[in-house]
Amino acid sequence: MARVQLKELSQVRAGDKGNSVNVALFAPDEAIYRVFLKEVTAERVKEHFKGLVHGEVVRYEVPNLLALNFVMREALGGGGSSSLRTDNLGKCFGSNLQRMKVEVDDEILRERWKDHADPSLLY
Amino acid sequence: MKKVRIGAAQGFYGDTLEPAVETAKRGEIQYLCFDCLAELTLAILAKDRTRDPDAGYTKDVPSAMRTLLPLAREKGFKILTNGGGINPLGAWREVIKVARELELEDLKVAVVTGDDILPRLAELRGKGVSLQDLETGRSFDSLKAPLMFANAYLGSWPIVEALRRGADVVITGRTTDTAQFLAPLIYEFDWGEEDWDRLAQGILMGHLMECSGQSTGGNFSGNWWEIDDLDRIGFPVAEVDSDGTFVLTKTEGTGGLVCVDTVKEQMLYEIHNPAAYVTPDVVVDFTTATLKDVGLNRVLVKGATGKPRPDALKAVMGYEDGYMGQVMIGYAWPDAMKKARAAERIIRNIMARRGWEYEEIHTSFVGYNSLHGSTVQGDEEELNEVYLRMAVRAKTKADAAKFRRLFPPLALNGPPGLGGLTGMETRQLVGMWSTLIPRELIENSVEIHVEVVGVDGTGAA
Repeated sequence: MARVQLKELSQVRAGDKGNSVNVALFAPDEAIYRVFLKEVTAERVKEHFKGLVHGEVVRYEVPNLLALNFVMREALGGGGSSSLRTDNLGKCFGSNLQRMKVEVDDEILRERWKDHADPSLLY
Repeated sequence: MKKVRIGAAQGFYGDTLEPAVETAKRGEIQYLCFDCLAELTLAILAKDRTRDPDAGYTKDVPSAMRTLLPLAREKGFKILTNGGGINPLGAWREVIKVARELELEDLKVAVVTGDDILPRLAELRGKGVSLQDLETGRSFDSLKAPLMFANAYLGSWPIVEALRRGADVVITGRTTDTAQFLAPLIYEFDWGEEDWDRLAQGILMGHLMECSGQSTGGNFSGNWWEIDDLDRIGFPVAEVDSDGTFVLTKTEGTGGLVCVDTVKEQMLYEIHNPAAYVTPDVVVDFTTATLKDVGLNRVLVKGATGKPRPDALKAVMGYEDGYMGQVMIGYAWPDAMKKARAAERIIRNIMARRGWEYEEIHTSFVGYNSLHGSTVQGDEEELNEVYLRMAVRAKTKADAAKFRRLFPPLALNGPPGLGGLTGMETRQLVGMWSTLIPRELIENSVEIHVEVVGVDGTGAA
């Protein structure tokens, strides 16, 4: 097993709606999607965003896109036009989530990075 | 088989017009559709209207039309925009003026009104609408601050009606972002009000188009560095079949990239429950849809399914929420962070001594945690430079403005190595209040007007 940052395994897109932010997390293949399903739970995401997100975090599964969609409430310090934050629209929440680390089987990583020059960077 | 080609022109108020012009010239489109109203935009337009009662539409409407109307005439496409903002009639008059100046003949310019509920709030309350806030559950009576705007989200059908009346240009206020894109399909293919699956595909198409370059390589989180020519990015173009299946593409020779990986990111942008994306026209299930690469810069999209539309429409109101005073001040290595924290302490001590109180004081360190907030990792000791950013929420503009005056003296009286005092603008804050209103109470007030420009040389209908 290896602990890998989501940055190495995913695509993300974040958007705002009122005082909520949604972050979509996309897996590149089925095997990694299964890892996300197990590892990237709403509870862990809420913990990850502690201090930034004050409300509940809901996770939706979107298997046709190999994606998870996280909706985070009370996440923008009042909402885009009322927030004092620099990232008042929550656009950076996606890259923020990509700091999270997940446990991945070596076999899955080998398969995924067999064409990469230096997979050891991941470990 | 008949196909309809639709081009996306703008994803927000302030977006570049160049890709729209490119699409207009070479995209072989029948419709060019703008979405100008991000959630924040009505707040900006409301501030404009406070200063000038004739304002309140997106200011780039006249200049965009000056460029695009001659092309629309030459190529035979129609233009749809919600750039009317909170003053669609004002935008309508401007477009008519431009069309007359260009001496266009027989141009039908339509406007849709009825989304503005600010003058109707007492009436709606009288009819039993609670106006309770959707997000917080707060009762409307607890909102003491003055309202700046209140608009319901209209769907596609008023736009369809304008097209049926022959409109070449349709201007609306607060329609949903997707309405401009779905309406031409309903009109062209004569879809019914309960063709839920087709309407769902139309909404999905609109959703992929509404943020302009965000589905053609902009804001892409994958291998963004491999995407060519973002300086001349092409905005999305959809080729739609009568069953709602469509190919998302862009005009040949433009920059950017359309592939499953760029499109899927936009698909979940600003979406909550992907199985129930609620619009006034249909509730869409995105989880049944599939994306497939079918050529370079061509993605086939099908399979979104729809459920009956809701009985209530969403409305968003903006209220005065005080003012933000803010400052940024930079500190250099060595001990950049230590210096910035010391400066923050000095400011807070002075404020305390003077008895200045603010509803909220927000501190961040630009270059360290201003974007990632409490989740930052890493060493703060060896930063080459960092900006202290402080912002306050004040009740009055004067209180917000006086905050920034605390900072310049730090240049002589604070920690060493200060370079750059910036970001000092004071801003009005606008709180958002969203609520649900029975649709019939809104739809009864929707009106469509069509002006025919350039008939009998008079410019009047």
